[in-house]
Formats: sequence, C-alpha cells, structure tokens
Amino acid sequence: MSTLTSAHSLWTLAADTPAERIPAPVIEYAQLAPTLIVVGAAVVGILVEAFVPRRSRYYVQVFLTLAALASAFAAVVGLAAGGYGSTKAQVAAMGAIAVDGPALFLQGTILLASVVAVFTFAERRLDPAAHGNRVDSFAAQAASVPGSDSEKAAVKAGFTTTEVFPLALFAIAGMLIFPAANDLLTLFVALEVFSLPLYLLCAVARRQRLMSQEAAVKYFLLGAFSSAFLLFGIALLYGYAGSMSYAVIADVVDGTITKIDPALADTMGNDVLLLMGGALILTGLLFKVGAVPFHMWTPDVYQGAPTPVTGFMAAATKVAAFGALLRLLYVVLPGLRWDWRPVMWAVAIVTMLAGAVIAVTQTDVKRLLAYSSVAHAGFILAGVIATSAEGVQSVLFYLAAYSFVTIGAFAVVTLVRDAGGEATHLSKWAGLGRRSPLTAAVFAVFLLAFAGIPLTSGFTGKFAVFSAAAEGGAGALVVIGVLSSAIAAFFYIRVIVLMFFSEPKADGPTVAVPSPLTMTTIAVGVAVTLVLGLAPQYFLELAGQASTFVR
Amino acid sequence: MENLIALLIAAPLFGAVVLLCGGRRLDKTGHWIGTLLAAVSFGIGVVLFADMLGRSADERTLTQNLYTWIPVEGFQADMAFQLDQLSMTFVLLISGVGTLIHVYSIGYMEHDERRRRFFGYLNLFVAAMLLLVLADNYLLLYFGWEGVGLASYLLIGFWQHKPSAATAAKKAFLVNRVGDMGLSIAIMLMFTTFGTFAFTPVFGAVGETSEGMLTAIGLMLLLAACGKSAQVPLQSWLGDAMEGPTPVSALIHAATMVTAGVYLIVRSAAVFNAAPDAQLVVTVVGAVTLLFGAIVGCAKDDIKKALAGSTMSQIGYMILAAGLGPIGYVFAIMHLVTHGFFKAGLFLGAGSVMHGMNDEVDMRKYGALRTYMPVTFVTFGLGYLAIIGFPGLSGFFSKDMIIEAAFAKGGTEGWILGGVTLLGAGITAFYMTRVMLLTFFGEKRWQPDADGHEPHPHESPKSMTIPMVILAFGSVFAGAFFEIGERFLKWLEPVTGYSHGNPPVSAMTVTAATMVMLLVGVGIAWAMYGRRPVPVVAPRGSLLTRAARRDLYQDDFNHVVLVRGGEHLTRSLVYVDHSLVDGVVNGTAASVGGLSGRLRKLQNGYARSYAVSMFGGTAILIAATLLMRAV
Repeated sequence: MSTLTSAHSLWTLAADTPAERIPAPVIEYAQLAPTLIVVGAAVVGILVEAFVPRRSRYYVQVFLTLAALASAFAAVVGLAAGGYGSTKAQVAAMGAIAVDGPALFLQGTILLASVVAVFTFAERRLDPAAHGNRVDSFAAQAASVPGSDSEKAAVKAGFTTTEVFPLALFAIAGMLIFPAANDLLTLFVALEVFSLPLYLLCAVARRQRLMSQEAAVKYFLLGAFSSAFLLFGIALLYGYAGSMSYAVIADVVDGTITKIDPALADTMGNDVLLLMGGALILTGLLFKVGAVPFHMWTPDVYQGAPTPVTGFMAAATKVAAFGALLRLLYVVLPGLRWDWRPVMWAVAIVTMLAGAVIAVTQTDVKRLLAYSSVAHAGFILAGVIATSAEGVQSVLFYLAAYSFVTIGAFAVVTLVRDAGGEATHLSKWAGLGRRSPLTAAVFAVFLLAFAGIPLTSGFTGKFAVFSAAAEGGAGALVVIGVLSSAIAAFFYIRVIVLMFFSEPKADGPTVAVPSPLTMTTIAVGVAVTLVLGLAPQYFLELAGQASTFVR
Repeated sequence: MENLIALLIAAPLFGAVVLLCGGRRLDKTGHWIGTLLAAVSFGIGVVLFADMLGRSADERTLTQNLYTWIPVEGFQADMAFQLDQLSMTFVLLISGVGTLIHVYSIGYMEHDERRRRFFGYLNLFVAAMLLLVLADNYLLLYFGWEGVGLASYLLIGFWQHKPSAATAAKKAFLVNRVGDMGLSIAIMLMFTTFGTFAFTPVFGAVGETSEGMLTAIGLMLLLAACGKSAQVPLQSWLGDAMEGPTPVSALIHAATMVTAGVYLIVRSAAVFNAAPDAQLVVTVVGAVTLLFGAIVGCAKDDIKKALAGSTMSQIGYMILAAGLGPIGYVFAIMHLVTHGFFKAGLFLGAGSVMHGMNDEVDMRKYGALRTYMPVTFVTFGLGYLAIIGFPGLSGFFSKDMIIEAAFAKGGTEGWILGGVTLLGAGITAFYMTRVMLLTFFGEKRWQPDADGHEPHPHESPKSMTIPMVILAFGSVFAGAFFEIGERFLKWLEPVTGYSHGNPPVSAMTVTAATMVMLLVGVGIAWAMYGRRPVPVVAPRGSLLTRAARRDLYQDDFNHVVLVRGGEHLTRSLVYVDHSLVDGVVNGTAASVGGLSGRLRKLQNGYARSYAVSMFGGTAILIAATLLMRAV
C-alpha cells in the first residue's frame, strides 16, 4: 500500500512542480477518427494473427480490414458532411494534422481505392489450389527461403500470409496521415509508417519469389536513401525557421515572424537553408510519386511485387504522396513560388517525356504500366505547378480517377495466366481479344483511360490538369504534356491492337475466372472510369469544394 | 393543336423503327403497319389542315418547341417545328401521296422477301421528309435533308444484288453530298452572319445584311437545291436512281424528295428577294435544266428514264418560277403539287405496265397495251394529258401560270425565260406523246424476256390500280380546284408574298402560244411514232438523239473533269503523304523508338545505379533552386 502511494506521489509530485509542467496534449479524437480506426484495426489484426486459429484467420482478417476501411470512409464522409472540409477546416492534434478539404478528399480516395485493392488481396481463386488449399497471391510463408524444404512444407500445410491485411492497414493509416500532416515530423513519421509495410508487402509474392524479394530490397534501399534526403531537408528547414510546424515555417518565409530563437541565431532566416531544405524534402516526395529522375525504382518494384500490391501501391501511394506534395508547396512554400516553380517545371517535363518515351519499348505489361505511372506523375505535376485553386481541384480529381483505373488495370493483369503464374510478357497477350473478348475489352477501357481518350475519366482528368496549368501560365508545359500524351497513346493503343488484331498464340495464356472480389474491383474500375468520363461534373465540383488548404 | 405536329413525324418514324428493328416476325404484317402509320400521319395532317382553315390567314402559323436540341452557349438549336401554309401543303402532299404509294407497294412488292424492310425505309423517308418541311430552323431542316438523302440511298440500292442498283445508289449519294455541302456552308454562313439559323430571326435580319453575303448564302442554298432536285450541274444521279423499285421512283424521285430544293428556295424567299444576283442564277439553272431534262426525255427508250428526264424538266420549271421571286413562288409550289399528282400517277402507271410485261422497261418492246391494261391506260392517259397541259387538266393551269410569270419578269430576261418555258412546253408535249404512243398504241412489239417467257400483259391488282385512280383524279381536278377563285394564291400568299409582275403580253396570248406549242409537239410525235411503225431496235439516230441518249454526255463530262481531275489530285496528295507526311511521322516514331531503346539501358537493375541517379537528381534540384535565386 505504501509503495503504491509513494509511486503515486512520484507522479503527482512531478505534476505539482510548476516549472516542469508539460501541458496535456489536446487530441480531437473525432476529427482523427478515420486514421484512428484504421490504426486500431491494424493493431487488432496483429492480435488476430496471434490468437485466432490459422484456418479462420483469412476470413477474420478480410472482414476486419474491410469493416475498418468502410467505417473509416464513413467517418471521412461524416467529417466532410460536418463541414470540416470547408467552413470548419482546422488543424488538429496540437498542430500536427490538418483536417481540411484536400485532406478529407484524399483520405476518402485512399480509403475507397484501398477497399477495392483489398478485394484483390483477398482473391483466392486465381492460382490453382495447392494440396487442396485455396491460395492467394502471397507466399505461403514469407520467411522461408525460396525453393527450400521449409517452403514446400509451408505450402503443403496450406499456410497463407494473412499478415498482409494488417500490413496493408498500417500502410493505409500512414497514407491517411501523410497528406494531412501539418508539421514536418508528422510528415516523416507518416512516410515511414506507410513505407515500411509496403517494403514488406512487396517481398511476399507467391510466384517468382526471388524477383519479389529483390524488388523489396531495392525499394527498401532506395526508399531509405530518399528518407534520408527528406530527413536532412527537415533538419535544414528547422534550422531555417526554428519550428517544424508548416504554419510557422510559412510565416518565416513570408517574413511575418521576425523573432529569432537565440539557439538558432546563426541559421534562422538563412535562405540557403530554406532553399536546400525545401529541395531535399521535394526530393523525398518526388521519389514517392515516381518522378524522373527519382523514378528508377518503379519499374523494378512494380514488376517484382505481387500484382495486387502493385496496384495498391501505384494508386494509394501516389494519392498520398501527391497530397503531401500539394500541402508542402501550397502551405509551406507558397512564398517561395518563384524559386520552386521553374525547377518543378523541369521535373514535370522530364517526367512526362521520359515516362512516355521509355514505355514505348517495354515488353512486360507490368513494367509498361510502371512507366505509364511515371508519365502520369508528370501530368499530375503539371496540375500541381498551376498554383491555383483550379490546380488543386484538377490534381484531386486526377488522383481519384487515376487510382481506380490503375487498380482495375492491375487486377486484369492478375487474371491472365499461364503455367508459370501471371503471363505478363506482352507477346503472350497477342490475340487475347479473340479468346476472351470481355477481359480484353475491359483492359482496353483502362488503357483508353490511361491514354486520355474522351468519354473516359482519363480525358477529364488530363483536361482538368492541363487547363489549370495553361491558366497558371504554363502553356509550354501543356504543349509538352500533350505531345507526351501522344507518345503515350502509341503504346496504350499498341496493346489494344495486339489484343484484338493479332493472331492468338497456340500456347497462349488463359484467363482465369476470378471470384466476385476481383470482379468487383474490375467492375468498380470500369464504372468509375466511365462515370468520371461521361458525367464528371459532380465530382469536379466536389474536388473544387475541397481545394482549400487550412493553414 | 400544335402538339400534333410532332406526331406527324413520330408516326412514320415509329413505323420505321418497328419495321427495321422488329425482325422476321413482322414479315407478314410489316407492310400493313407501315401503310397504317403513313395513313395516320396523313390523317393528322388533314386534322391540322381543317384546323388551319378555321383560322384567319395571319393566325395560321403554328409552332411547337419540343426541346433544345443542341444547347451550347451562343449556339442554340431547337427541336422545334413550324407549321404554316407552305409546310401544310407539303405535309398533305408527302403524307397523302406517300400513303397512296404505300398502298401501291403492297401489291408491287408482294413477291419481294425483303418487303418489310422496304416499308421501313419508306416510313423513314416520310418521317425525314416531314421533318425537313416542318423544321423551324435550318439546322433541323438539314437533319431532315440528310435523312431523306439516306432514305433515298437505301431505296435506290434496295435491290443491292444488282450491281447497277448499288452503283446508282452510291452515285446518288455522292452527288447529293456535293449539294449537302452547299447547305452546310449556307448554314455556317448564316450562323456567322446572323448568329442563329432559325427561320424567323434570320429572315428578320436580312435587311441589315450586305447583299454580297446574302448572294453567297443564296448561291449555297441553290447548290443544295441543285443536288436534291437534280438540277444542272448536279443532275446526273436522277436517271440512274430509276434502278430503285418503281414506287420509290414515284414517291421520292418524282413527287416529293426531288422537290425539296424548290421548298428550300421558296422557304428562303426573304434571302433570295434581297439577292437579285442569286435569283438570276436560280432562274438560269431552272431554264437550263428545263431544256436539258426535256431533251434527255425525248431520246430515252427506257420508260422510267424518259419519265425521269421529264421530272428533271418539270422541276426545272419550278426552280425557274422560284427564281422569279414573288411573281413565281406561288406557282412554283402549285406546279409542285399538281406535278406530285400526275408524275406519281405516271410512274405508278409505268410500274403497272412493267408489272404486266415481265419487268420490261424498253418502250420499244411495248405497244398496243391499251386494251390489255385498260385502267392503267386511262389513268396514265389522264396523267399524260395533265403533264402536257391539256386545257382544263391540272398541268394546264399550273404550267401556264409559270409561263405567264416568266414573261412577267419583264425585260429581255422575261422574253428569254418565257421563250424557254414555251419551248419546254412543246418538247414536253413531244416526249410525253412519244411515251404514250410507244406504250399503248401501235403494233405489239413484245419480246420474250431473258428466260424466254413470253409476256402476258394483264391489269395489275386492286392495291395498285386504286392509288392510280386516286392520283388520276388529282391530275385532272387539282389544277382547276386551285385556280378557281385563285384559291391557291390566296392560301400561300401570306407566306410567300405575291406580286403580279408586269406581263408584256396578255394572259390569253400566252395561253394561245402554249396551245400552239402543245399541238406542234404532239403533231411531231404523232408523225414520228404514230403514223409509222416503230422499230424494236432503236435506230442510230441523229447526233442530238445520240447525245440525248447518253444524257447529253453528263457522265462523260463528270468523268473527265471531276473523276480524272480528282484522281490526279488524289495521286499527288498521296505522293505528298507518302514522301513528306509519312516521312515526318515515321521519322518521329523511329527517333522516339531509338531514344526509348537507349534510355531503357539506364534501367540496368542495379540499386546502386538508381541511387546515383537519385543523388545526381537531388544535386541538380538543389543547384537549380539555388541558381534560380541567384539569377
């Protein structure tokens, strides 16, 4: 009893000392609900791994994941309906996280995209059953050495890596925070929270495991490298402004704060620090969006990762990273517009051109889509550069449109299979339209959307970003963007031609009949593509209403 | 009442959709559905007509705005209809004659296994033609215009298994495209000039527009009219269009569609009245075509082609009258209506003769058919008397009016135009008498057909003869009905305007001169074909005859000038395309491919190289940012 009291007196004693008092942080739980739900579900998912019997884990995890994503999405909708996207937009959690229009819109997009991506994670009908057990795209036991006896034993025992679901949830949680992060430290933590699970997810392919692991290692190494840049940039910016907070840094950039922290008297307000720090943070973010010359991981990782993970990563990472980039450029560095705009111009141009040009000679459909995603990053950058509300609106719309097309396209890739798993070499896709007209037609819809053909979401998105860029005075950028689109159209249409106008190969792949899960993913992809292409007005307005950042 | 206007179009359109999409299960009933819906349209037309008569002359125009068809800011096109006296006249003609020809086709197409489709096309035609005459703006009119062009194409080529029919359809389509281009340019000019293409605002703004622009619009409208109405220089398709089934020739290529050009010019009266130069060109086109068609009609041995030449010539009369301005508009339309009756009757008669003669069309192989086909003979004969302008019959009144109006134009122009119309009346009498004599009089010159079947001429079934009888009534009485008390003039005048002109000679003199020309024409024909036996194989004939048999070398002209010229142009363009354009395109593609291949090599799979690229990129990024500030 006495020990308890003395322990208690220790705490109270500390609190009673006025000089040492640390104010209890105020956390707006309701406003952070979307993220908290996902994180909570991820933690529960780990407990499920530990305590639920192996046989029912898959079902529990799938249910838990989908339920968490759905309720998180409901929370986002609730917040948006409550006016947090517009009138009541504010900074929560002691200035760490913004709750505003762009954040809610992007979180909603990430959550919806994650739902359909999780459907492809949970698909268990594509691979032939191993030893009577239905299997998904993930290794039986990720830790076993490829080709070893322990792997064979794991396959025989019917193990599955159900850890992918909590991993995905952690990644999603990080992605939800990333575009909402309102100080540099939160930004970095969010980056790591969503990156580390992604590295793992890349490594757990069931087929071609060595390639998968190689991709994961590369992704990890380069990701760590880029994180280092980002962290260094954060340090420099802190040195410049004496604060991690976006709002404070922005004020220092504007010159509205002149009080100099005595500890930083030598560095504060030094523009070289600001410029270098800003450039380094940009580097870190450009790595995540896959802009040239920080794109080189994309083809290797997209190809090696399990295809459902590739789809998820290509869509959700891009949304989150562009969200963070927008916030950085529009909230922290608007005063520096004349410094970063020319540089970003160059990056956008190189990205569009390089992505489109290199894709022309690709022979693997996953690599083709990887370069296509590089080119698309360039198109989105054109919208980012507009530095206007229309620019934000167009980028938000583009990201929403692009994620569903991407996940849908990678979902179709999982269906086309031969004896070695997915048949991703383009030569094997020859004549697919003759044998599986529906699959080929759906893929053609996605390709046309990528190419930006009217009546698809791709056209609306591209039109929005280019017109925003043109209004923002970036006419030359738009011309190059349109030229790159023309080059890009070549390789998209070439695949369509290949599918529909080439003779099928005798030993060509077959199209597996998926469960309703993947079918839903693909159907949602097609539906979103067409709806955003035919009647985009409502969604454009939604993105327009969500285009104001809180500061 | 105005809500009925859309139904006029909707009924046959519904028929077309049902018949064309309904499939084989409608094979047995399809023709009845098609006929019924055409009749429904006619019935609605009659109701609207009665209603219109009940109102005073300046309250007769009805409008119906269904919805905004193309709602673009600054470019508004309404799906809106306007029914005035002019449209009403056409509605009754189109749906009335149309219904009769539907009835006729039931018998004529009885043995054709694609009869349902045929009726679908006919209904489509009626709907499109009604849209054309009911539109309240030029864009919607253009829609109908293209619709009738499509229907005409489908129907000319209906027997597509015959290469000649397929070619004729294509020819009609292509020649019509030239005219359609004129209409589309006219609409574009209107839009740029007036900012709209609805009739009322356009006509209202004519006063404030330069005459040059109005002349340009007028000439483009005339080009359109030339295409659809087979006027020189776009006349070449009409003769070949006779490859289509005879009811089609009667309905589309004689009575209704080919008069669309006349409608267009009369409808655009306000534009033409303000552009005298364009009007002059219109009269010239009419006069030239009038003689052209008549001369061609004289030499043809194919009964339908002779009638086609006649159609061209009679529409020449109408165009000429329309070019006269307010003096002639009313008579152009009046002749159009009477012509609709008697020419449709003549074509149906021709079809009836062919029906009885194993589909033989060469008149030199007919002869003496009057006793074998009495009903056809009588109705055809009445049509014949009407077209040559026998006193008291329809054509007499309407044609006489045009001749008088041509003289009333005044000045040298008036004398020339009047002279041409008089001459045309004489030639008309000649070639129509020739047709009559060759077909119904003289010796039997029947020949077995290709399979060796001897012809056994017989009267056609009731479904074919009844429409012919009704049309014969129209041929006989319509003209007098219109003329007594100047009914037609009073009916149309509020829309088209009327001016008496200044005739240099009295109406009686003109009528007398016309009678003389008629007698001369009939007399020459009697001397050549009535008194002497007619050879079965056509004699070589004079230079003019040979030229007329070849349609006055229209196709040779087109071939040499347009086809050859076009081929040369195409070849040179292809050359430029291959050498220059393709060179640039292929060069670009090759360089993109080469660049791609080289850039790909950077992607060597080593994480260390990637890291170097990132490092270099970051260095450049920082350097560039700092440099920007330094600059």
